[in-house]
Amino acid sequence: MQLTADGKLKHFLTVEGLPPLLLEEILDRAEQFVSLPGKKQVQAPLLRGKTVMNLFFENSTRTRTTFELAAKRLSADLINLDIRNSATAKGESLLDTIRNLEAMNCDMFVVRHQSSSAPHFIAKYCAPHIGVINAGDGRHAHPTQAMLDMLTIRQHKGEFTPLKVAIVGDIKHSRVARSQIHALTTLCAGEIRLIAPKTLMPDRIEEMGVSTFTNIEKGIKGVDVVIMLRLQHERMNTALLPSVREFYARYGLTEERLNLAKPDAIVMHPGPVNRGVEIDSRVADGPQSVILQQVTNGVAVRMAVMSMVLGSRAESGGV
Amino acid sequence: MSKFTLIKNGRIIDPANDIDEIADIAISRGKITGIGTDIDQDFDADHVIDAEGQWILPGIVDLSAYLREPGQENKTRIAFETYSAVSAGITRICCMPETNSPIDSGATVKLIKSKAKQAGFARVSVIGSLTQGLKGEQLSHMGSLKYVGCVGLSQGHQPIQNLATLRKAMEYAATYELPLFLHPIEHSLMMNGGMHEGALSTRLGIHPIPVATETVGMAQILILIKQTNCPVHFCRLSSADSIEMLTKAKQDGLPVTADVAAHQLFLTEMDVADYNPLCHTIPPLRSERDRDALRGAVSAGVIDAICSDHQPHEIDAKLAPFEETDPGISAFETLLPLVMRLVEEKVLTLSQAISYITHNPAELAGIKAGTLSAGQPADLSIFDPEYFWQLDPTDMISEGKNSPFTGWGFNGKTTQTFVKGKTVFSL
Repeated sequence: MQLTADGKLKHFLTVEGLPPLLLEEILDRAEQFVSLPGKKQVQAPLLRGKTVMNLFFENSTRTRTTFELAAKRLSADLINLDIRNSATAKGESLLDTIRNLEAMNCDMFVVRHQSSSAPHFIAKYCAPHIGVINAGDGRHAHPTQAMLDMLTIRQHKGEFTPLKVAIVGDIKHSRVARSQIHALTTLCAGEIRLIAPKTLMPDRIEEMGVSTFTNIEKGIKGVDVVIMLRLQHERMNTALLPSVREFYARYGLTEERLNLAKPDAIVMHPGPVNRGVEIDSRVADGPQSVILQQVTNGVAVRMAVMSMVLGSRAESGGV
Repeated sequence: MSKFTLIKNGRIIDPANDIDEIADIAISRGKITGIGTDIDQDFDADHVIDAEGQWILPGIVDLSAYLREPGQENKTRIAFETYSAVSAGITRICCMPETNSPIDSGATVKLIKSKAKQAGFARVSVIGSLTQGLKGEQLSHMGSLKYVGCVGLSQGHQPIQNLATLRKAMEYAATYELPLFLHPIEHSLMMNGGMHEGALSTRLGIHPIPVATETVGMAQILILIKQTNCPVHFCRLSSADSIEMLTKAKQDGLPVTADVAAHQLFLTEMDVADYNPLCHTIPPLRSERDRDALRGAVSAGVIDAICSDHQPHEIDAKLAPFEETDPGISAFETLLPLVMRLVEEKVLTLSQAISYITHNPAELAGIKAGTLSAGQPADLSIFDPEYFWQLDPTDMISEGKNSPFTGWGFNGKTTQTFVKGKTVFSL
């Protein structure tokens, strides 16, 4: 569904099922768009005359802003729609919202939605010239986040094959973790370890090609990459965890625990960071942390994906 | 309207009377008067139908359907759905209560029955709400519901506030000898689940519905049955573990029965892949192992009936991301075809298959129907076993086009249906 007949990226809905070469193409292209902080920004008029609509049905600062910057650096016209306060709140169906925006002539929807599969649904029903990019749906996928993580890992580690990667925290509710797992397995990462208490580990996740640990000390031992996930506070209310304090005591990434990983291990986090909940400030701000570099890469990866998605249409004679 | 009808040369299949033979069947003034040599010598038909090569089946009794009226006329109406039913050989429907159409007053029961009568297609029996407004708090007026002709009571898919209320509801229903149709669901384990818990729900990121939702619900009810000896019918079992519990309960002599929805014997969680909202059902489609256990249970007779669990929806109800769609399948028109397929696949014998959708469910609901016995109302259908067709939603008669069986091929189709001796459908 997300590929054209000749294998180009038509929509970007999930990493799952995409060929490794395509993921590498995204990374290579993103690399060209990376601008270093303080330096002149890379600009490319690839989307001049195109209209991109940011449809965020759920809160987001980082993702929405980086998509916005990415669109602007590609010279697209961009509209940010805060859906929560508009049509849907008045009872309009998702399909009607999409049809109306389509009627305003746009070329791309960037969608964040609380329901898994909402971007699939939109891609299925919107006009064929429109590209859909998933900016996070329910617990299902957050593919651009996963790709910016892959870019960050590649910049530090080069090859994926020898790598041991640990993902720590609320795997159960995490779309980021699911997309990272698909990306890492597609790029042939050596070993993927998930670390979480059993209440935050989804059923039979091992079938996605990962190993699971309930003990962070064991799980983190000798890894090259540590990815911490955000722990949402509302999880405490549903009896998944006794308290934030206990989570930090058992699973928080401290310097001592990080010392169990390889000495050159990098520490990542998709943000927003809960200091003192899943990660110690000294680690978040420490020399091994690449958290802010992830954000910088976010713009580049989103530029890459947006240009590929609309490019696949231009080449096939569309638009 | 003809008063004396003779259907000739059809293969008459009436498992309740152990009949499977080619014979004639006579109908006078809306009732079956005889089969084959039992037909009165001086029977003078004013209407003769030649059913050579066709099968004569007792009218199907469907234990569960949501007719949406009153309350959800945007989805469909009783007249449309009862016609959809007879087009597929179903002559009697048990209408279930639901939140938006709770059946908790005598007036509602009368309204449903009069609408059905006015439409003149399938007969409708009403299953009333176990609690007022299906809220799970106060008992419904069971005595009055019985008085206006409810055949049973159900809490639908709604939770009951606590086990004490459930126990009292069971005892009060037993007071009036009203059959209890309970969906075993422990709501606290279901959360906002959308599909069977497993590797696929994890991959798709859909909120999971663990098997324990059903088995814990069932265990609680079973213990209360043991305590009170009140009979309970379990609706729509979905898992292998539930079958194991049911088997054990029956061996222990508890007064329990159960049914399964026809689609549950064919589809699995894998059909949800790619977020197909047409496969969004409650209970959810489960694993292949579960489906095989359900098939084994109907084959062995542990399950007592197969129903359609017909839930017609307007188009918009399924046009949304998976978890935001309304669950349910428009299923009248696939009940008999799917059951016939179980015969083709050698899961059931023909006589078993027909029993599961005719006299078995009738007995469960305490209705005298589902047989071709002399003196019975002539509710029956003629079925052409050679008629091959493919399901195309646009051809469906139900207002609900939400069937996941699009494109499936079926051998055999209902060509004519009679209710009270009157032709109510003809292909």
